[in-house]
Amino acid sequence: MLSDRHPILLANARIIDPSRDLDITGDLLIADGVIREAKKGIGAAGVPEGTDVVDCRGKLVAPGLVDMRAFIGEPGAGHRETLASASQAAAAGGVTTIICQPDTSPAIDNPATVDFVLRRARDTAIVHVHPMAALTKGLGGQEMTEIGLLKAAGAVAFTDGEKTVENAQVMRRALTYARDFGALIVHHTEDKNLVGDGVMNEGEFAARLGLLGVPKAAETVVLERDLRLVALTDGRYHAASITCGESLEVLRRAKDDGLNVTASVSINHLALNENDIGPYRTFLKMSPPLRAEDDRKLMVDALSNGLVDVVMSDHNPQDVETKRLPFAEAAPGAIGLETMLVAGLRLVHNGELDIKVLLRAMSTRPAELLGLSGGTLKSGAPADVIVIDPEVPWLLDPAELKSKCKNTPFDEARMQGRVLRTIVGGRTVYEYV
Amino acid sequence: MNIAPKSSFVLSRRHLLGIEGLSREEILGLLDLAEEFVALNRQIEKKRASLRGRTQINLFFEASTRTQSSFELAGKRLGADVMNMAVSQSAMRKGETLIDTAITLNAMHPDILVVRHHASGAVELLASKLDCSVINAGDGAHEHPTQALLDALTIRRNRNRLEGLLVAICGDITHSRVARSNILLLNSMGARVRVVAPSTLLPVGIERLGVEVARDMREGLADADVVMMLRLQKERMNGSYVPSMSEYFHYFGLDEKKLAYAKPGALVMHPGPMNRGVEIDSAVADGAQSVIREQVEMGVAVRMAVLEALSRNLPNA
Repeated sequence: MLSDRHPILLANARIIDPSRDLDITGDLLIADGVIREAKKGIGAAGVPEGTDVVDCRGKLVAPGLVDMRAFIGEPGAGHRETLASASQAAAAGGVTTIICQPDTSPAIDNPATVDFVLRRARDTAIVHVHPMAALTKGLGGQEMTEIGLLKAAGAVAFTDGEKTVENAQVMRRALTYARDFGALIVHHTEDKNLVGDGVMNEGEFAARLGLLGVPKAAETVVLERDLRLVALTDGRYHAASITCGESLEVLRRAKDDGLNVTASVSINHLALNENDIGPYRTFLKMSPPLRAEDDRKLMVDALSNGLVDVVMSDHNPQDVETKRLPFAEAAPGAIGLETMLVAGLRLVHNGELDIKVLLRAMSTRPAELLGLSGGTLKSGAPADVIVIDPEVPWLLDPAELKSKCKNTPFDEARMQGRVLRTIVGGRTVYEYV
Repeated sequence: MNIAPKSSFVLSRRHLLGIEGLSREEILGLLDLAEEFVALNRQIEKKRASLRGRTQINLFFEASTRTQSSFELAGKRLGADVMNMAVSQSAMRKGETLIDTAITLNAMHPDILVVRHHASGAVELLASKLDCSVINAGDGAHEHPTQALLDALTIRRNRNRLEGLLVAICGDITHSRVARSNILLLNSMGARVRVVAPSTLLPVGIERLGVEVARDMREGLADADVVMMLRLQKERMNGSYVPSMSEYFHYFGLDEKKLAYAKPGALVMHPGPMNRGVEIDSAVADGAQSVIREQVEMGVAVRMAVLEALSRNLPNA
């Protein structure tokens, strides 16, 4: 069963620490909730009494993943997902830190709600949970929230979640004000009016299905506006979910200009494209929508060359009532906490992506951006560690997923690789048996 | 015409959800069978017993006079018990989902369900939850297969062929299921299709569907054997797709002057209901080249053919 805080020795592992470009075969010792060291021959030299020695037999050891964008139903929609159920899913997927989004009911837009989420997570969740707070009150896009107090209460960044702040003046002031607190603003870049009634990527496939399209410009227009505001304000900005080559060009320019700008891509936009929608599969309805294959490839390349910083799950539990509907009427979103890593491993096995790049974008980079101490295996860091078998093949059965909702786009998909063990703060919280 | 033993034609599939996936032979089989019903429908005794004992439910989530009555008449002439269910939006707002409706209906053991729904893909979703045969009577902007079949039948009766004809489909392509089904069917039968509309009413990527694209009527109607006008779906115009009805009529409304750009004697078609003075001028709609009334007649025959051909594939048929 899940051991209490005995020291743990992960022996004979391939240890990858993207925070310092480490890739060795050796042992990793964990004690008192922190990482002691990672090197060859710790086991042979002797470990403290009572240490659980785990022979990893060459399997992979890496920092626990930090998922920068997950929508959890608590408070307000616990029937879809609670912090507890999300954390179970996370642990099974190798995610040791969930960054939950403020689109809850009520929204996480005041310090008391931040405090509620943190306490609720402490009491019920088996992985770390940090909330992003709303950027505007009630996610209304008009008045900025108490950025200073919220940050002090534990909010790690500021975002309106799935909503886009339409008013450029509001965005300008928020960027300016947040700068004084060193706060990061994370923004979903989709122009509501350009999206209109669109429900999937604009193009041939939408035309065939008789669905209204969402142009890529809906994303790029907002991103471009935001980056000009970042130039104006010198704020810290992170694009929450970009999906296409046009956005990459805009991002490239901003980074070349030295702006304090970073970006995420969701695992869905790396691993899937619009053709996967097939006959109106609502589990593949996303916001922003899945794009064409050439854009997917561009996103993978941008991750490889470091233009895109973070890969997140975009975990968004939706139940039968919101998904078993005609495509245009179904809610967007897919669960992903539990499948983010294995879906990423697909790209590794296909030769599209280096595993170190993937792990960095799922752990080290988001931890750095959010100022969290995880995402590394350096001595003294919190012992948030995962053991991965990157090779084992399996078939994804939605019924076995821990999330309360089963809206996975990888329904019945063949996977290769899975998480064998997840350690949070030195405790094993998940073990695959 | 060389006549195969048409009456034995069976549509060896459970549902008719769209033109997509139908083979050329299946399309021809349906058209030939429909010809028989055209003759039958012109007799005094129009009744057949091939669907006797069968229950047909017309489930319309979107109001329709023409299509629903056409399906009703078709079912009744074949001897089926036909029930019309208009599911108003308010009933759906009470919380019953599409799937709930499907489960409820399934329990009543219908043999054939004819469904119209305002969302693309909804009929397919419904069909996946039902045991009976499902006929798509129009789903969103996706498909309206019986309309394309009746259009093809109308054209074939007037021109004796489909292959090699140039058909210009004009108007609101973006929101039109009629356009999509017609493009698929006409392409499959070797006709040339040209869509004609202002760019705001053309979906991005339409040229990839195997059509020529024109943005004005002179260019669009040049050499056309058939001019198919589409209803300008005012109620679906959430955005400002065209500046005004009068500007639309000025540039895209079919009047005698614009019709003259087409081949002499080109057929004029419209799936109805028409907005006279918006997309089509009355003089043209009621003129010598118009086959709009014939389309309605063909509608009943085609729907009888579809019902008959599908029912021959039902269990215990």
